[in-house]
Amino acid sequence: MSVDLTTSLGSLQLAAPTLTASGCAAAGKELAQFGDVSTLGAVVTKSIMMAPRSGRATPRMAETPSGMLNSIGLQGPGIESFLENDLAWLRANNVTTIVSIAGNNVDEFGELARILAKVEGVDGLEVNISCPNVESRGQVFACNPVSAAQVIETVRSVWHSDAPVLAKLSPDVTDIVEIAHSVVDAGVDGVSMINTLLGMVIDVDQMKPMLGGRTGGLSGPAIRPVAVRAIYQVHAALPHLPILGMGGIRTGHDALEFIAAGASAVSIGTVVFGDPGAPWRIANELGQELQSRGYNSLSEVVGLAHHN
Amino acid sequence: MQCTIRSISPVGNYLHLILDAPEVDEVAPGHFAAVAVGGIGGGMLLRRAFSIHKSTPGQTLEIIFAAHGQGTQWLATQSAGDVIDVIAPLGKPFVLPRQPISCVIVAGGYGAAPMELLARELRGRGCRVDVVLGAATQEKLFGVLDLKGVADSVIVTTDDGTSGVRGRVTDVLADVINKNKSQAVYACGPMPMLQAVAKVSQDNGAFSQCAVEESMACGIGVCMTCVLPVIGDDGVTRMSRSCVDGPVFRGDRVRWDDVHTVPSDAFGAPRPGGH
Repeated sequence: MSVDLTTSLGSLQLAAPTLTASGCAAAGKELAQFGDVSTLGAVVTKSIMMAPRSGRATPRMAETPSGMLNSIGLQGPGIESFLENDLAWLRANNVTTIVSIAGNNVDEFGELARILAKVEGVDGLEVNISCPNVESRGQVFACNPVSAAQVIETVRSVWHSDAPVLAKLSPDVTDIVEIAHSVVDAGVDGVSMINTLLGMVIDVDQMKPMLGGRTGGLSGPAIRPVAVRAIYQVHAALPHLPILGMGGIRTGHDALEFIAAGASAVSIGTVVFGDPGAPWRIANELGQELQSRGYNSLSEVVGLAHHN
Repeated sequence: MQCTIRSISPVGNYLHLILDAPEVDEVAPGHFAAVAVGGIGGGMLLRRAFSIHKSTPGQTLEIIFAAHGQGTQWLATQSAGDVIDVIAPLGKPFVLPRQPISCVIVAGGYGAAPMELLARELRGRGCRVDVVLGAATQEKLFGVLDLKGVADSVIVTTDDGTSGVRGRVTDVLADVINKNKSQAVYACGPMPMLQAVAKVSQDNGAFSQCAVEESMACGIGVCMTCVLPVIGDDGVTRMSRSCVDGPVFRGDRVRWDDVHTVPSDAFGAPRPGGH
């Protein structure tokens, strides 16, 4: 008997437990040569902004032990081109789509949500309030419970859609549970966690930071225990809050840790860069991991590590 | 795709890797392969990209690499019979001429890896093919004998004069273009060399195509790491991905002086005050 891997994030039913992670699969199209994108839980798009954006200067990447730093800086085509090209492709290919949005300010998040609430093919919204690759690190919305809540309230006020709104949280905070509480009070249907951690690599031959943007976001298996810890803490405080977990998941075994900590589904990110078939492989492996432990469904394992 | 190593052998300062690659069909010159390094569960997550040296469709794939970093050093420790994970072919290859025109191939160091394949394709189309190969020193040259077997002429340059003409490839390129009335220049090598080749080509009335070398994370177009400023057909500069929009670009379209920056007139460039 095969294990039931279907799951949900609020009102959104997912046919599979693995999604792509924002920023790690563009808008899904490039992965189509490695698997049927419509069979993934969902594609979470690279964060889209109102205007086209070039991103930062290169070098944009530095490999680190079991991870990497990136300072892409939200390169993207802007919402208009996104709707016309990327979302159109996702719809045409029957891909469950969670659109990640990023704004320079609160109003821009609201404007993006207002536009996306009116179009077909948006199955969920991930509000990226935690991208570290912006000029003013101090203004990352997710680092402050008040500004995090402001963004979510603004999005919520224009989001006349049943599709769930998720807030993407940063682990670079004193107390992630406090931030989670503030976005829940502001009306999110769930949270995505974790975004990358801010890091730096220095080139000691040139005696300067290696990345063009100086700092970058650390991702990959190196941050996995941080993600598991953060999910565990938030699930303990808010046991009914749907969590989309991500942070260095490389195998089905890793994914099972996230589910046991309290995630209902997982996004596969950095590992896709080295293994583009990973989102499909990890879903299969997760099924095997559950089966070998005698579980019949993924849903019965969500948060199970809190009960032992 | 899992590929068994058929052989790995030194060639000058480089290593020549021959892989069993039954799943790989036609490879065009300029295509690249992305190789996973470090083994399953290892600490290096990102593939290493190499231009494809040769291939026999449905049978083998060959690459040339230099063991100069942690990943390539690991690759150098592999031996015949070991299995490595490869994605290939990737990228946009060199565009070949429809007419039998006169062409120059220019390469620096192991940038010559894809050039024998290219020379054969060009000769097969009736093109004249003159070759300029350069390197810092003799041991860092690659492909000289193989290209001599295909091309109409081969000129070698080395920075230290240990082989051929002392100097750079661009010291002799203008003469080669003018003497042979070359219309197209194909180049692969370090970025400063490509920049110089693109300029000399343009100054001498030849059209150039350059296979760029930019550090990549994914190689398949999803990560936006390997970008450089390239002018599009519409005249607009975009931060283009060298993995899927390249690695071969028209030499007159790459904004060489602005590589590693975002030009202020690029599509979506930061407004004053930053993004």
